[in-house]
Amino acid sequence: MSLVQETDFGTPQAHGAPVTLSIDGVAVTVPAGTSLMRAAAEAGTKVPKLCATDSVEASGSCRLCLVEVEGMRGTPASCTTLVAPGMVVRTQTERLARLRRGVMELYISDHPLDCLTCAANGDCELQDMAGAVGLREVRYAPGANHVQAHGNPLHQAKDQSNPYFDYDPAKCIVCSRCVRACEQTQGTFALTIEGRGFDSRVSPGMHESFLGSECVSCGACVQACPTATLTEKSVIAIGQPEHAVVTTCAYCGVGCSFKAEMRGEQLVRMVPFKDGKANRGHSCVKGRFAWGYATHRDRVLNPMLRERITDPWREVTWEQAFTHVAKEFRRIQATHGKRSVGALTSSRCTNEETFLVQKLVRAGFGTNNVDTCARVCHSPTGYGLNQAFGTSAGTQDFDSVEHSDVVIVIGANPTDGHPVFASRLKKRLRAGAKLIVIDPRRIDLVRSPHVEAAYHLPLQPGTNVAVLTAMAHVIVTEGLVDERFIRARCDTDAFDHWARFVAGPENSPETVAHFSGVPAEAIRGAARLFATGGNGAIYYGLGVTEHSQGSTTVMAIANLAMATGNLGRPGVGVNPLRGQNNVQGSCDMGSFPHELPGYRHISDDATRASFEALWGVPLDHEPGLRIPNMLDAAVEGSFKGLYVQGEDIVQSDPDTRHVIEGLKAMECVVVHDLFLNETADYAHVFLPGSSFLEKDGTFTNAERRINRVRRVMSPRNGLADWEVTQGMARAFGLGWDYTHPSQIMDEIAASTPSFAGVSYPLLDRLGSVQWPCNAAAPEGTPVMHMETFARGEGRFLITEYVPTEERTGPRYPLLMTTGRILSQYNVGAQTRRTANTTWHGEDVLEIHPHDAEQRGVRDGDWVRLASRAGETTLRAVLTDRVAPGVVYTTFHHPTTQANVITTDNSDWATNCPEYKVTAVQVTASNGPTGWQQGYRAHSEQSRRIVPLDAAE
Amino acid sequence: MSPEKLARMANQIATFFRAQNQATAPAEVAKHLRLFWEPRMRDALQAHAATGGGGLDPVAAEAVRLLGRT
Repeated sequence: MSLVQETDFGTPQAHGAPVTLSIDGVAVTVPAGTSLMRAAAEAGTKVPKLCATDSVEASGSCRLCLVEVEGMRGTPASCTTLVAPGMVVRTQTERLARLRRGVMELYISDHPLDCLTCAANGDCELQDMAGAVGLREVRYAPGANHVQAHGNPLHQAKDQSNPYFDYDPAKCIVCSRCVRACEQTQGTFALTIEGRGFDSRVSPGMHESFLGSECVSCGACVQACPTATLTEKSVIAIGQPEHAVVTTCAYCGVGCSFKAEMRGEQLVRMVPFKDGKANRGHSCVKGRFAWGYATHRDRVLNPMLRERITDPWREVTWEQAFTHVAKEFRRIQATHGKRSVGALTSSRCTNEETFLVQKLVRAGFGTNNVDTCARVCHSPTGYGLNQAFGTSAGTQDFDSVEHSDVVIVIGANPTDGHPVFASRLKKRLRAGAKLIVIDPRRIDLVRSPHVEAAYHLPLQPGTNVAVLTAMAHVIVTEGLVDERFIRARCDTDAFDHWARFVAGPENSPETVAHFSGVPAEAIRGAARLFATGGNGAIYYGLGVTEHSQGSTTVMAIANLAMATGNLGRPGVGVNPLRGQNNVQGSCDMGSFPHELPGYRHISDDATRASFEALWGVPLDHEPGLRIPNMLDAAVEGSFKGLYVQGEDIVQSDPDTRHVIEGLKAMECVVVHDLFLNETADYAHVFLPGSSFLEKDGTFTNAERRINRVRRVMSPRNGLADWEVTQGMARAFGLGWDYTHPSQIMDEIAASTPSFAGVSYPLLDRLGSVQWPCNAAAPEGTPVMHMETFARGEGRFLITEYVPTEERTGPRYPLLMTTGRILSQYNVGAQTRRTANTTWHGEDVLEIHPHDAEQRGVRDGDWVRLASRAGETTLRAVLTDRVAPGVVYTTFHHPTTQANVITTDNSDWATNCPEYKVTAVQVTASNGPTGWQQGYRAHSEQSRRIVPLDAAE
Repeated sequence: MSPEKLARMANQIATFFRAQNQATAPAEVAKHLRLFWEPRMRDALQAHAATGGGGLDPVAAEAVRLLGRT
């Protein structure tokens, strides 16, 4: 194995008409707009360069890439000179060689010569270029420089404030690649070049430290740096990697491709992969840097059992654990009936692993009691889009945003939740696309460097349906509908019915303004812009789905897209931003209790028969329990055994007290995870899991893209997760004998029409593929519903606004909404075990200064946060980012327990919990509540472990 | 399962389908319950309806009657 080499073409790809020119006597044809440097690179000639790299626009500052062009005066820089028909270019002449050596000599005269002990040794472009231009001597006498450390006012010490990379100004050649990467790739504009001459160097913010600046630690600057100026701390500690494997990030639903760069089985760094079709070479602080959890000392590596949840854990062998689970589940089923057990598949595990868990439940347990954490995030997307279009997935690929003219972001905070997509969106917005943000909070996208939303509709939590329907009202009553699209593509009777409904006075912006808090003119303006501004795309997140009308909101979004003809081509569409890396995949794999893989209902006889034939067992034709139903049934006494694969429902699911009550009522809870998570505190069996670095498989991201996950190290716990589930299945008497996840994918492809063409060889050949992938679309489907909708005609649905039952009143006068932050990921089990805690060490409560003042709460004070479900304490942060009457918090830390506060309200269609609206009161507090103290005491008691040796 | 909670959930479903079409709403609600509710939830709701069905709205109540017929 070797490192995965990617060609650096020097400047970005152009898209003009073909142009033919001559480079070093060879005819080369490239698109108009291509630089001479790139044209040469495409023909296989590397022109020496330092300040150019193909992830950013050329700046022409280093003067190393000079070339000669017949008929042009002087020696133009090849990075900033564009091709023209018939040009005759020479990249190497005596004169050019002399000039380049002179340039390099100057560079080296102000650069440290500690190459042997430099972290970039072996991966330094300055070193490479010195070699390429034949530099043999530096004639300049020592003089002014920014290199010498002692007694030199021009020298600046290293900035080691960022936990993941160091900045060494002495190594800086002021090429500005990092500055351009921060601007053009990431879109944060945190970096600049300060000073003049020897004093010029990279500066985060206004001469701040990296950590103290607005830097978001995405790593784009480190990636762009040609020297050791910006270097990963892991490279400094370990050395240069020697081989690399392309794999997929296990954090959010963007699904970035990375090169895992290794020394042996030690991970040196994760480098975003340029050919990754979701991320196009970009990354965020989580995927690029926050992988240390995989080798964290908290990882549990041996299976464990216990009788009661207050007992210490007893380490056992895998066989003992599997046998115990099978015996317990069989006993429970014999006593309480077949349907008294179930499982949750993990949206963090691979497609192959979730497929096996649902197969174990349906074929082994003989029930359909299987669900996944998509239940509590995007299940309304599945239901709503299926009703409107006939499929349960986003319609576009991420590249599509490059063709959008107007973008609605509703109930999503991409710069925190889906940072790499946010960077791609911001790039398009800087190029002129318009933005409409619909969110109770002033999220960063509303106004950030060189991006400003045309409209921000700061609606009251719970009024999404009303505001979207009011936008539809404007589009219909002002004659802005795309009639041609609707006549050609949609059910026109349903459209007429819907149009009459939305045109009603109860849906006018003026009416809706009263209770949504959004001025009517803003609703009208946003609607007009979306309907008339060109390609309109809608991106949304859990601020849409996690409501009592979550499914209705998804339908309202689909209505808006259909009414304006914004479906079926690049640049438009309905785009759910999925939370976890494999939420899409776990849904596709039949993780829902009513559906077999490929979204086919369990009651469909033909589908069930096909799986019965494949698996050799009869299947239950009734839908199973969903997560909240399982917990209700447990409390009631009819649900007694649960296998939880990689999920932490005690922290992530709403109404924590009810979740714990449910778990405590069960007789056998099996938790399969990397760590003793909060749910494990209430478990009887613990099966250690493997990280994404330790197994083969696939993840499916928000754009339906199936990406390979590749094993780069052995599972520390001994078994990949699919092998653990297989071990359990064998104990249940199922004769599974998969020896590699590719065989599981073959079974998925053979049984599921939308995956029929998917195989590991295909993924190896194409890199990734978007389903549907079958005979009709052998290389996948980037944009769905191009000719017709999956269900035939697009279907408009009535979206009557029904206020949630969760209302404010005298006892609970504020509305709480929850969300995520950039540096932490969901329940934080992974990111809390990395240096990402530097940015976010605890959950805080955002409260408007007006509400805070009324309660005597100052910035940083401890406050008690109470709802009808429960209460907790945390620190307050005063900000006008939230409107008066609204408070906001994150749910990354178990000590805070935001979900003690959330209630059991849920979406009408799917039981997706209403996380986003909880009536609360905030009061001053001295410290943790009794509940928090009791919870922590149990947690400590519950995590004691007796090692295997001692037990025997 | 708490009958009050199940009734509340059934009413939420009824509210949606009533807005689509008053006439077909009960059948649509019954269909939804069959497609997405596990049998013990449907049984509990039916048992609740059989003992008076307190808190069930008319469309939901009619849907439960339709459920009973199949």
